[in-house]
Amino acid sequence: MRHIISILIENESGALSRVAGLFSARGYNIESLTVAPTQDETLSRMTLVTRGSEAIIEQITKQLNKLVDVVKLVDLFEVPHLERELMLIKVRAEKDDREEIKRLADIFRASIIDVTDSSYIIEMTGSGNKLDNFISVLKPEQILELVRTGPCGIARGDKGLVL
Amino acid sequence: MELSGAEILVQCLQDEGVDYVFGYPGGSVLHIYDALFQQDRVRHILVRHEQGAVHAADGYARATGRPGVALVTSGPGATNAVTGIATAYMDSIPLVVLTGQVPTPFIGSDAFQEVDAVGITRPCVKHNFLVKRVEDLAETLKKAFYIATTGRPGPVVVDVPKDVTDPNIKIPYLYPKKVEMRSYNPVTKGHPGQIKRAVDLLLQAKRPVIYSGGGVVIGEGSESLRELVRETGFPITSTLMGLGAFPGQDRQFLGMLGMHGTYEANMAMHETDVLLAVGARFDDRVTGKIAHFCPNAKIIHIDIDPASISKNVKVDVPIVGPVRQVLQDMVKVIQERKKEIDRPAIEQWWQQIEKWRGIDCLHYEQSDEVIKPQFAVQTLYKVTGGNIYLTSDVGQHQMFAAQFFPFDKPRRWINSGGLGTMGFGLPAAVGVKMAFPDEDVAVVTGEASIQMCIQELATCKQHDLPLKIILLNNGYMGMVRQWQEFFYDGRYSHSYVDSLPDFVKLAESFGHVGMQVTKPGDLESACREAFAMKDRLVFLDVIVDPSENVYPMIEAGKGHHEMYLSPHLSSERELA
Ligand SMILES: Cc1cc2nc3c(=O)[nH]c(=O)nc-3n(C[C@H](O)[C@H](O)[C@H](O)COP(=O)(O)OP(=O)(O)OC[C@H]3O[C@@H](n4cnc5c(N)ncnc54)[C@H](O)[C@@H]3O)c2cc1C
Ligand SMILES: Cc1ncc(C[n+]2csc(CCOP(=O)(O)OP(=O)(O)O)c2C)c(N)n1
Ligand SMILES: [Mg+2]
Repeated sequence: MRHIISILIENESGALSRVAGLFSARGYNIESLTVAPTQDETLSRMTLVTRGSEAIIEQITKQLNKLVDVVKLVDLFEVPHLERELMLIKVRAEKDDREEIKRLADIFRASIIDVTDSSYIIEMTGSGNKLDNFISVLKPEQILELVRTGPCGIARGDKGLVL
Repeated sequence: MELSGAEILVQCLQDEGVDYVFGYPGGSVLHIYDALFQQDRVRHILVRHEQGAVHAADGYARATGRPGVALVTSGPGATNAVTGIATAYMDSIPLVVLTGQVPTPFIGSDAFQEVDAVGITRPCVKHNFLVKRVEDLAETLKKAFYIATTGRPGPVVVDVPKDVTDPNIKIPYLYPKKVEMRSYNPVTKGHPGQIKRAVDLLLQAKRPVIYSGGGVVIGEGSESLRELVRETGFPITSTLMGLGAFPGQDRQFLGMLGMHGTYEANMAMHETDVLLAVGARFDDRVTGKIAHFCPNAKIIHIDIDPASISKNVKVDVPIVGPVRQVLQDMVKVIQERKKEIDRPAIEQWWQQIEKWRGIDCLHYEQSDEVIKPQFAVQTLYKVTGGNIYLTSDVGQHQMFAAQFFPFDKPRRWINSGGLGTMGFGLPAAVGVKMAFPDEDVAVVTGEASIQMCIQELATCKQHDLPLKIILLNNGYMGMVRQWQEFFYDGRYSHSYVDSLPDFVKLAESFGHVGMQVTKPGDLESACREAFAMKDRLVFLDVIVDPSENVYPMIEAGKGHHEMYLSPHLSSERELA
């Protein structure tokens, strides 16, 4: 089962490696991990996507909580939440393809943020699925470069991850 | 008061009430050594290898319950310390290990004797710090002691770059009275609702077992545990790490459980309907195959670390909290509701247990020709009346000590269980003896293990530590040989310990007394002679039967009911 765990962690050097090290040492898998400081610059917020049985996810959250630098965490999977991911994708855009790609980008509400004679860079945010779908409508040979941030997530309404 | 970083470090140790630091100097800790030299409240014990420093601090901590402190230099000093740190980590022992580091401007430049100590130790510490500014030193040390000793204890490494201890940079010193960390709040009380649920379950039990572990020793829960066992009349077994928390000779004690546990303890685990696990972590040496573990039981688990609960075995009633308080609360509730215990069922359960006990699973064939290692341990017990601190190395001798030396107080049995570190015994005893100079401290060891930290015999000489070293010399890595006999058709690949030194001469060369015993009839008097030499370290080289095995044994991956018994008992087993 896919879980998305949001973590508030002390913004200290080494905090990221403690989390990454925990996952490699205990053989848990990390699908993606994003991290950046919050409005309170002493805190970083991580969003971590992982997969595992219920028992494994329980151990993962306990082990994360046990890290001395972790202040608080929530498994967003258990609450209504939103997820967004950013993708930058450089595509070959020549001749007839230029119009077609622009049209697809419009349909997906993506924006073209760089243009050369032969390529576009397209910026797109959305759920992971939406990004996957966009990739699948492009021809593989059109994709020159692709970079994704991995999702970040936030709970809806009253629920959430605050101190 | 204005102090340099080095002085601050030493002053913090004083303010923390540290009486001993076990260490070894080197370039990056020279400022600290200079500050140590100029005071006499914190005593520095010079070891002969950094692994020994950490094990000694560890032994001190296990025996006293207070944090052990070690000090090592950067690079090789830090890497040598790692085995000791991992040993303490696996057994949840509170340590503060201070490692020197190259000056901050050099970090990351592959400087002389630079290693990423924080990176290397990260997976085997409770937490670690790199102190980048002298202004952070006092608070970091305060945090280190706080983290090491609270909640589930463990080692904390503080990596201190040389420039942070610069004697020429002085700043005002203030040791924080306490620390608060928003990210670290260990549980201090078990949930009353869960405690009540646990008692409900216990009172209904017809075949209960209490399975107690190292957490009861660590968490000072021994008194409350004894009360609980007395109030309920239930049988109790212990892990290797919990021995001594309950008196080893009490009728209600079934002996150790697990891979080399007793027949009665393991069979009781297999048949129990309500298991109360206290400060124990369901290690694989204890559970055997999880699918066969306590197949008919509801399980209650008291542990201070939520991550220990339902890690290996799913439990029914988890109680997160410190053993002592939780057990006290449980005892209170049980005292009020004692009448609810199903006495006839418990009586019947005891009858079954006594039948298992009747097999006498620890029985061994005595000999007048050759000393049996079990007999050597029994002799040690007889001679000392059990009234010693006993440290151990790792192997068959460790298991024989656990089986044949009935500890009746906590903190008396000091061994490496989780990591199983050969070489632990002698340096650990150094730490114990520093803490309790007036008590007898003995080491039970093997000829392979003792060679791993033998250099600490010099430490014992320098600091006048009259330990008694009982070497059960079977000429083999006995535990390895045993596995090769059972599982590799007797192909004894590299488990014969060739080219042994003459241990008597070796001990003498370090300035100690060496004695060798080969005949069962001479053992007791030799042992008495050794313990009578109050102010000398005596190294007793006991030549024991090279072919003896540790029984019972549960093969890795088997269930509790699938024990191998000693060959001459296997037929009797059918009778039970
Ligand atoms: C050669 C060899 C053979 C071995 N054979 C056996 C064997 O046959 N049987 C056996 O039992 N072991 C055996 N061991 C040891 C085994 O590897 C484990 O170290 C041991 O079983 C763990 O003991 P424990 O469960 O008591 O846990 P410990 O490692 O002592 O852990 C303590 C537990 O208590 C918790 N705790 C700590 N403080 C508190 C507190 N204040 N309040 C509440 N909880 C607390 C901790 O969170 C942890 O979960 C062997 C080791 C070796 C080297
Ligand atoms: C540092 C280390 N290396 C290897 C092992 C694996 N090992 C466990 S027991 C053992 C043999 C110990 O031999 P000895 O000290 O003679 O004790 P005996 O079993 O003979 O009593 C070995 C090699 C270990 N536990 N620790
Ligand atoms: Mg041996």
